[in-house]
Amino acid sequence: MTHETNNHYAIETRGVNLYYGNFRAVKDVDLQIVPQKITAIIGPSGCGKSTVLRSFNRMNDFVPSFRMEGEILFHGQNIYAEDVDPVMVRQRIGMVFQKPNPFPKSIYENVAWGARINGYKGNLDELVEQTLRDAALWDEVKDNLKKSGLSLSGGQQQRLCIARALAVKPEIILMDEPCSALDPIATLKIEELMRELSRQYTIIIVTHNMQQAARASDYTAFFTMDDDRAGLMVEYGETHQIFTNPRDQRTEDYITGRFG
Amino acid sequence: MPRETLDRQIHQLQDEVLLLGSMVEQALLNAVDTLKRRDISAAQKIFANDIAINEKRYALENALIIIIATQQPMARDLRLLASVLETIIELERIGDYAKGIAKVVIRLGDSTLPMPMREFSQMAEQAASMLHRALSAFINEDAAKAREIVLEDDQVDELYNKAYRAIVTTMIANPEIIDDANLLVWVAHNLERAADRVTNICERTVYIATGELFELDTDDSEETAY
Ligand SMILES: Nc1ncnc2c1ncn2[C@@H]1O[C@H](COP(=O)(O)OP(=O)(O)OP(=O)(O)O)[C@@H](O)[C@H]1O
Ligand SMILES: [Mg+2]
Repeated sequence: MTHETNNHYAIETRGVNLYYGNFRAVKDVDLQIVPQKITAIIGPSGCGKSTVLRSFNRMNDFVPSFRMEGEILFHGQNIYAEDVDPVMVRQRIGMVFQKPNPFPKSIYENVAWGARINGYKGNLDELVEQTLRDAALWDEVKDNLKKSGLSLSGGQQQRLCIARALAVKPEIILMDEPCSALDPIATLKIEELMRELSRQYTIIIVTHNMQQAARASDYTAFFTMDDDRAGLMVEYGETHQIFTNPRDQRTEDYITGRFG
Repeated sequence: MPRETLDRQIHQLQDEVLLLGSMVEQALLNAVDTLKRRDISAAQKIFANDIAINEKRYALENALIIIIATQQPMARDLRLLASVLETIIELERIGDYAKGIAKVVIRLGDSTLPMPMREFSQMAEQAASMLHRALSAFINEDAAKAREIVLEDDQVDELYNKAYRAIVTTMIANPEIIDDANLLVWVAHNLERAADRVTNICERTVYIATGELFELDTDDSEETAY
């Protein structure tokens, strides 16, 4: 993979080092995310997966001790450049979290709210319907749009959170262990939804579930921790290659359960 | 180590593959021996024994599917288990070739047909020896050994051609024995195919070790066998 500026990638990191105070949590990451594909990030606990993911939409800005070196390019532009508005970044690059966290508002408002705040001028009802359809939730909630988002099942809540992220028209959706609180059926629904969404959106998912990464992603990045506890990317490739014939022994050891 | 169960299950499976392999190896050697001695009752025993080989193959396949379902293997483990599946199928087929030879012994009865027995015996010994070493390379995931064994297939092909020429020559000289002689072509063919199956096992060994899947024996022996 090249180091030239390349708008061909959805996100490209160059020499990225991520710190909390003096602690370097992640080091020397050069990663190119292919657009409209699903990329999984896997690795042992504490190797910096969430830290990397959150750096892609500047969520780490909320951590006072956080500091970064290097560049994270989105459409060829460094999202950490002085003149870039982090709010804009978070609108174009949305995030779905581990625990479904709908607002304590109606289903309708959960979806409409972000769009309204961003000054959406179109028909909100239509937007809400379309977005809920895109999130594969419409049929289940269309008669109860006034009900609280919190009244839904875990899997439905998570799809509502995905709808909420979609409503502001992002290009990239980051997901941090989005299924870890869900049962297998709800998990499969999210995976099917991810596959559907990847026709339009770029998806990056952090998961501890190896089978999920193998099933649901096109590319897989394996991170591990170095002796200094800093996370680093060991191997990155097409998912089928990583899970049938990893090139690095550390990847092999991790995915076959020989780690640690 | 957090994966003792999987390692133990894999080792058990490998032991069983070796056991199946030795059953098949023995069947092949015995079959040619019964032909040499024209021992019909021994040939019938080979028939009975083939049932045990088939049963073992299915028992192994079942155990294998359970490991895949319960352990969800990845990477080298996955390649290994997929290769075990392929290998036990190859072993069962080699067992079928031995059975085929036993069938010929029974069909020939006490016919006094001249046979290229030396070639048959050599082919059986060569194939059995290749099989034995191929399985040991398979268990040890020794790709270099596996590649070496594949090269020996040429010797079996050569013996096949010799035997085939001998049989055809006999047929031409004495067209009345064509039906029986045809059975001998079958014997030669089965022995030749047995060695080919061994090369398939060797391919699997290379796959486990390297992740590369391709045909090692490229001289079209499958074509010349017919
Ligand atoms: N807000 C923070 N302040 C200080 N250190 C942090 C902070 N967040 C994470 N870290 C540290 O950074 C390292 C990477 O953490 P991160 O949460 O990114 O790992 P992870 O790979 O997502 O782990 P997990 O799989 O357990 O979610 C860890 O050593 C962690 O303790
Ligand atoms: Mg995390």
